Parts: sequence; C-alpha cells; structure tokens
Amino acid sequence: MKKITIALLILCMAPLGVLAGESGMPLDRAPIDTTDNASLKRGAESFVNYCLTCHGASYMRYNRHRDIGYTNEEILNKLIFTGQKVGDLMQSAMRKKEGEEWFGVVPPDLSVIARARGADWLYTYLRAFYRDDATHTGWNNLVFDRVAMPHVLYQLQGEQRLAVKTSDKGEQKSLTLEKAGQLSATEYDKFVGDLVNYLVYLGEPHANARKQLGIEVMIFLLGMLVLSYALKKEYWKDIH
Amino acid sequence: MSNILNSMLAWVDKRFPLSSNWKAHLSEYYAPKNFNFWYFFGSLALLVLVNQLLTGIFLTMNYKPDASQAFASVEYIMRDVDYGWLIRYMHSTGASMFFVVVYLHMFRGMMYGSYRKPRELLWLIGMVIFFVLMSLAFTGYILPWGQMSYWGAQVIVSMFGAIPSIGETLQQWLLGDFTLSDAALNRFFAYHVVTLPLVLLVLVFVHILALHETGSNNPDGIEIKENKNPETGIPVDGIPFHPYYSVKDIVGVVVFLIVFCGIIFFAPEMGGYFLEYNNFIPANTLQTPDHIAPVWYFTPYYSMLRAVTVNFLGVDAKLWGVILMAGSVVVFCFLPWLDRSPVKSIRYKGPYFKIALTLFVISFFVLGWLGTKSPTPLYTLLAQIFTVIYFAFFVLMPWYSKIDKTKPEPKRLKE
Repeated sequence: MKKITIALLILCMAPLGVLAGESGMPLDRAPIDTTDNASLKRGAESFVNYCLTCHGASYMRYNRHRDIGYTNEEILNKLIFTGQKVGDLMQSAMRKKEGEEWFGVVPPDLSVIARARGADWLYTYLRAFYRDDATHTGWNNLVFDRVAMPHVLYQLQGEQRLAVKTSDKGEQKSLTLEKAGQLSATEYDKFVGDLVNYLVYLGEPHANARKQLGIEVMIFLLGMLVLSYALKKEYWKDIH
Repeated sequence: MSNILNSMLAWVDKRFPLSSNWKAHLSEYYAPKNFNFWYFFGSLALLVLVNQLLTGIFLTMNYKPDASQAFASVEYIMRDVDYGWLIRYMHSTGASMFFVVVYLHMFRGMMYGSYRKPRELLWLIGMVIFFVLMSLAFTGYILPWGQMSYWGAQVIVSMFGAIPSIGETLQQWLLGDFTLSDAALNRFFAYHVVTLPLVLLVLVFVHILALHETGSNNPDGIEIKENKNPETGIPVDGIPFHPYYSVKDIVGVVVFLIVFCGIIFFAPEMGGYFLEYNNFIPANTLQTPDHIAPVWYFTPYYSMLRAVTVNFLGVDAKLWGVILMAGSVVVFCFLPWLDRSPVKSIRYKGPYFKIALTLFVISFFVLGWLGTKSPTPLYTLLAQIFTVIYFAFFVLMPWYSKIDKTKPEPKRLKE
C-alpha cells in the first residue's frame, strides 16, 4: 500500500514539472486556419496515424469530419483503423491501464487539448523534443520538462540535441538537429502546423458555424437597433 | 371584437387583480423622467436572469451530475446536442454578464445614493440577491468538473475549514464527504438548479415590490413624490413606466444583446476570463494546478483572501483572510447608515465623496487584476494596500460624507 502511495505521489509530481517549464519558453506562432479543409484533412490523417494510438479524442465522433469535407466512405477508409463505426467516438487504441503501465500516466484525451493548452503551445511543444539520456524514454522537451511522452514523430523530424549557452542574460537554451529525419525542417513545421490546425478544429468543431451564425445575428440586431431607437424617439418626443 | 376582449378582461378582473396590477406596476407606475445610461442595468439583470433560467433548463436535460461523466457530458452538449454549443455559451457568458450588469447596477446605486432612506430595505434585499448570485455562480462553476472547477471549489470549501472549532465538521457537512467528490458535485448541482434559483426568483420579485413601494431614485437623488400635481396626484416629474421606459429599455436590451452576442459568437472564452483555459482539463484530484484563479468576478475578493500573510490579534492569517473576504461583501449592507451626507446624488456631493468613490473603484479593479495573478511579494503588498483603501471607503464614510462640501439639491429634476 505504501509503495502504491509513493508511486502515486511520484506520478503527480511528474506533470508538475510541466508547469514550471511553461513560464520561461517563448512560444512560436502556430499557422492556424480552420477554414483550410485541405490542411485540416492532412492534420486529421496524421492525427489518427500518430496520436490516436495512445491518446483518445473521445468526445469527438468520426462522422463529424463531414464538416471538413469527408464523406462517410472516406472517413471509414482514411480515418478509422480500429474497426469502429462512423458514428462512434474516437477512442484510443490503447487501454487506459496499458498507458499507465507503459508511460506512468494515462495519455490525456486530446479532444479539447487545444482549448486548454493553446495552439502556439502545441505547435512549439511538438517541435521541441530533444534527446536526453537522463529520462525514462530517452526524450525530453523544452516546453514540457521531463514529459512522459516519447518523441513519436522522431522518424519525421529527426533527433535534436539541447545546447545551453550561459551569458550575462542568463541561460539560453536552443535545439539543434543532430540526425536528420524523413522530412526537412520546413516540411516538418508544415506537418506539425497541419496537425495543430486539426487539433484546434477538434477542440471546437462548430467554431466556424458559430462565427457564421454570429454575423447573421449581428446584422439582425443592428436592424433591431435602428427600429427600437426610432420607436423610442417617437414615444419620447413629448417628454421634456 | 374589442367588446368581447373587454368583457373577457372584466371577467378576469373580478377573479384576479390583472388590470390593477398592470396599472400599479407598469402603466401607472410613475418613474422619474431623467433616467440616464446607468438605469438600464436593472432591467438588463432581469433579462440575464431569464436567459440563465431558460438555457439552464436545456443544459440540465443533457448534463450529468456525476464526477465520472460531468466533463464528458458538457462536451457532449457542445458537440452532439443540436445547438448545444449555443445554449452552453449563452449560459456561461450569461453568468459573467450577470455580474457585469449587477456590478454596474450596484455602482449606479452608490453614485446616486439609491441606498439612502427610504430605500434601505430595497438595498438590503438587493444585497441578499447578490449573495445568492455569488452562490449560484460558485455552484455552477463546479458543474463542468474541470481542473478550475475542482480546485477553485477546493479553495472556497477550505475557507469553511478555517472557521475555529466547527470548521472541519461544517466542511464535511457541506461536502457530504471528507474531500470534494461526487457527493459534493451532486449536492451542488441540486443547489444550483433547484434551491438557489427558487430563492433568487422570490428575492427578485420582492426587490421589485420594494422598489415600487418607494418609487425609483434618479440621478438627481431627489424624491419626485414630494412634488405631485395637486389635481391628479401624479408626480410632476414622473412618467408612466409603460410605455416610456418599456420602449426605452428595449433599446438598452438590443445594445446589450449586441455586446452579449458578440461575446457568444466571436469570443466565448473572452481570453480565458469567462471560460478559463485550465477548465478544459478534466478535474484531477491528484494534480494541483500551480496557479489557481477564480473567474474574474470573484478575483477582487480572492485578492483580499490572500492579502493577509501574518497572524495577528491571536487570529490565524487564513482566518483573517476569510473574515476580510466575507467582510468585503457584507460591508455593502451598511452603506445606508454609513452615508451621513445631506444629499443623495453624486451630482450634489462634494469632492471628498467623489475622490473616495474613485479610489474605491480603482481598488476594486486593481484587486480584481491581482486576483488573476500568482502572488509575488510586490503583488501581495499591492493587494494589502488596496484592501485597506477598499475598506477605508466604507469605514471612513461617516466622517468624510459629513464634512464634505455639498451643493444644494434642486426642487425639480434637471434635464
């Protein structure tokens, strides 16, 4: 029992490191355009291939992807590898218990991760992994110190190393690519950009419809404003 | 046709005071004719109340008050319920806007002395409404069961634990458990959707009854009932609420809706102020966020809670914080008796009151801003200074309002 308690305590300490790392690092700006369906589709396909294995997006239904231009047929062929149906929620292929055994923590659900973390954080995070032999996984991250997640995309990005320069301004950390991956640096940035764009869409799939409806509501209200003001003026013309 | 309607109305009037109430509260309720911008917020608070009740009913249909399902059920509403996102944003934005309009409504009362005789009870009922509103906001914020719901509630609940001797028992009694858990979520849900809305509705009704007994104050702070037309008995500076103020309030409603819908449709999170980013992470009982901040409308009080850092007079710093926090809200109740000025409205009050009110507003905003930040030694010092200014506004009022140089009030309303 005591061991379990200690293990649990250590487990909750791990994510605490995160927040400490959050303060200092400047974040890169993510190229977000949730009206760009081509980018969203590329992101969706990367997401189901690389992320959905361990993470779930369990508040999202597959067939909602018709929003971004898929047909049900395409959803079945391009997005579903787990034998689920188009109307199902996007569950992780991995069981929670396995996640806990393998990584020490259950990988968080990603449905609303973009709303919690912000697009820029995700964009920087996915590009800031580096080799670190002091950790369990052999990977560490500049914006998420001692993160439990290994660098899943290392075959694409390659391997980075941390360089720390100490000057009078304090420590300056930078990453350099040590071993090239399948993608060039710009290609990898674009890959991550599409993925994060998709995560933003995933966080709030109705966001574009919301803004569209908002414009109509505003036009209606402005019309109402003119009418109601004219009505008020008419009634009040005798009051002095 | 009108004959039939008239006889129907006569039939109803014999059995229910319809026409007489319509007259007493609308068509022959005489309101001062000089209401300005600040007088929109009472009716707007009523509008937001209706919005909260209606959207709340629809949210309740799909929400699950269960610690293991609450977070997912909110996302279910956001994604799978038809227009669920709209209903949810109307409710979450409505909660914040409720405080916006109520704060402006209260500020109006402070500027024009609406709490003064004969409206002391009206002000006190309003204060009770404000307490209920705060409880509603607190219990409602727990329901999505995100990280901020959980840890924010943890902070509030632990305040009860700071009360000497009975604190811990009281805390357990409130939670129905030794920690914040499913049991607490269930009972807070019950308070949020049944108990508190019922109490609020009754209080709002009583607030309006009291208002219509004394009549509305106005920007000049003089009583229009003291100057009646001798023949008709109608205040010469009064106009019937309906149609004059009903049509005017419609304009206010439309302007308000433009702002309200602007937030709902284009910035529902309001940069993390209306919906906090951390609340998109499901509650994790083992992982304390490094920075816990309440929603913006509670941050001034939260600052005061954190401002006391030393034990003094044999009382624990934490308990002092709780006392200050409670005091900062309760102290409004004493306003009617703290203000010794011969005039009601800021228009005729002297420079001391104007300076004091300005400093009070500044301290309210600074404390609110500090409440969103992690405490540093500098911020804590600032919080302490502005807490003193906040309370000085009330504590010194009997003195500065009495010696202040006031201007004479007019006999009739000015344009």
